[in-house]
Amino acid sequence: MIPRIYIPGDSGALALGAEKVAKAVRAELAERGIEAKIVRNGSRGAYFLEPMVEVATANGRVAYGPVKPSDVKSLFDCGFLTGGHHKRWLGAPDKIPFLARQTRLTFARCGVTDPLSLDHYKAHGGLKGLQNAVAMTPAEVVKQVTESGLRGRGGAGFPTGIKWKTVLDTSADRKYIVCNADEGDSGTFADRMIMEGDPFVLIEGMAIAGIATGATKGFIYIRSEYPHAVAVMQKAVEIARKAGVLGVNVLGSANSFDMEVRVGAGAYVCGEETALLDSLEGKRGQVRAKPPLPAHKGLFGKPTVINNVISLASVPVIMDKGAAFYKDFGMGRSRGTIPIQIAGNVKYPGLYEAAFGMTLGEIVDDIGGGTATGRPVKAVQVGGPLGAYFPRALFDTPFDYEAFAAKDGLIGHAGIVVFDDSADMLKQARFAMEFCAIESCGKCTPCRIGSTRGVEVLDRLSQNVEPEKQIALVTDLCNTMKFGSLCALGGFTPYPVMSALNHFPDDFRPTPVAEAAE
Amino acid sequence: MTMQPASTEIASRTAAIIHELKGLEGPLLPILHGIQEEFGYVPQDALPVIAEALNISRAEVHGVVTFYHDYRSQPAGRHVLKLCQAEACQSMGSDAIAAKLKSLLGIGFHETTRDGSVTLEPVYCLGLCACSPSAMLDDEVIGRLDDEKLNEIVAEVRS
Repeated sequence: MIPRIYIPGDSGALALGAEKVAKAVRAELAERGIEAKIVRNGSRGAYFLEPMVEVATANGRVAYGPVKPSDVKSLFDCGFLTGGHHKRWLGAPDKIPFLARQTRLTFARCGVTDPLSLDHYKAHGGLKGLQNAVAMTPAEVVKQVTESGLRGRGGAGFPTGIKWKTVLDTSADRKYIVCNADEGDSGTFADRMIMEGDPFVLIEGMAIAGIATGATKGFIYIRSEYPHAVAVMQKAVEIARKAGVLGVNVLGSANSFDMEVRVGAGAYVCGEETALLDSLEGKRGQVRAKPPLPAHKGLFGKPTVINNVISLASVPVIMDKGAAFYKDFGMGRSRGTIPIQIAGNVKYPGLYEAAFGMTLGEIVDDIGGGTATGRPVKAVQVGGPLGAYFPRALFDTPFDYEAFAAKDGLIGHAGIVVFDDSADMLKQARFAMEFCAIESCGKCTPCRIGSTRGVEVLDRLSQNVEPEKQIALVTDLCNTMKFGSLCALGGFTPYPVMSALNHFPDDFRPTPVAEAAE
Repeated sequence: MTMQPASTEIASRTAAIIHELKGLEGPLLPILHGIQEEFGYVPQDALPVIAEALNISRAEVHGVVTFYHDYRSQPAGRHVLKLCQAEACQSMGSDAIAAKLKSLLGIGFHETTRDGSVTLEPVYCLGLCACSPSAMLDDEVIGRLDDEKLNEIVAEVRS
């Protein structure tokens, strides 16, 4: 058997030098005259071990990492093709504690299979969900998804099945499935990872959504900052089309469904669903007022399911193993698993898929291992640039939609950014306002003007100009933005600002000592 | 100086791109991406051609082009360096990285070096938050930026 070497082609791994490692491995193979197959898999998500190279041996896969190009020669010398020992030896990848403790449902194949091999996909349980779906009525598929308790993983947490039912029940000559892959939140990379590492699962999820609602056309709107994900998805769609997974007869059934990959143009606000629809239509990505809901009048005025990547990618496992299986994981009204993305200043950054219900402290301290700098954790921002900053005092909050809402925070797309004690929370609050000002679509006044005024007020605060007045003013402004904005950009910018102010009040009162020292 | 094509040439090359993509549903963004790929920016002379082909006003095309951060009104440098300035990278010192890079290149954000070698831009998240601070040089992603990597980047864009 020809040895198989897995070297991730995931952007995160590439950013850490995977391409150079692949080049070194190819050169070493050529020099030693060894024939081997190099598979460019996705990442398993343990980024502190990337580039993580794996080899398939008689006793299963053996991982090595983080591998530097300079390690490659010695890896061959140590017989790594048969799992030989080396200082980078990690053993069986699924026994690595960071990976072993996870519950991988949505990301079961990510980092394991060849992303562009449909055979590999099928061999690892792929397409079973779609096969089940084509044998069912649309209403039965919708019922399964509703019963699974799956809620929108993009951040809003709206029940996916209810959204699908609305589209199913709305009659129209044409309906659409739109996948929101405009993953702009800092600290999140789950969408990117699944698109680069297991693109067929997203295609399968979208095809199931099409069958369930009577939609025949899908669009994946990917942000332009993800060129690798765009390339992989485009290739995967072509492969799926050739194999009959997409097209006029999905898997040989009477259902027709096809899709296109579209690329964004650098506007954060297009991650908001109605702005995304306008952008797809070729307009400025401005937010629409609701109603009408996209489920009634969405893309080109037609009933449209618009779901996040992870919501859609979670559907195949639900349709394969059943609603009850999926629903068994989780707590309260948050069912199933969530891919938590641990990022920023953290010792063990990466993607960690687990059932809902772990506490924030477990995620940051136990799994993330504290900060990368070794300094104390000061704050964690959960849910991207519109998410609240949590202090250590709230580390007992369980990862659950309602529990976070009760603490004036949000899960969002489940990205967690860790900051050490050198973080200046006034600066972070100012950045939240500044970011909102840069990215506002300009349609509603609280967001467009409020964000700029917010920056000015916080600047005056940092210059210690009538601080009490500025704090009162920014609090009032946040209230206006929260309740007066059209969408979550203006409406949620107050979360990071007010949480920083409430939990870290000392940072909002510049010390006279520091001034005297200058 | 970068040579910019004449307006008649822009019009004919734009028309060819439009012809290829006009059949798509909602073709404007794909057309603009195609034009930017062709010319390196979206020339003013392309706008009336698009407006006429899609039967929309020139103001509407202008509105769309200027809404999105990606579309350039001028050609960029030979390289485009995007430096992430979002929260995950901030937590790992991206402010200091940005300051250092600006001084090494002698330019600020949204500027191009005088020799036309590189355009520096801020970007708000590259999805490389587990290897912050990060950057993208053309289509090449770079994680865990440090002084050594910054020097390599600067050497590469100047070569």
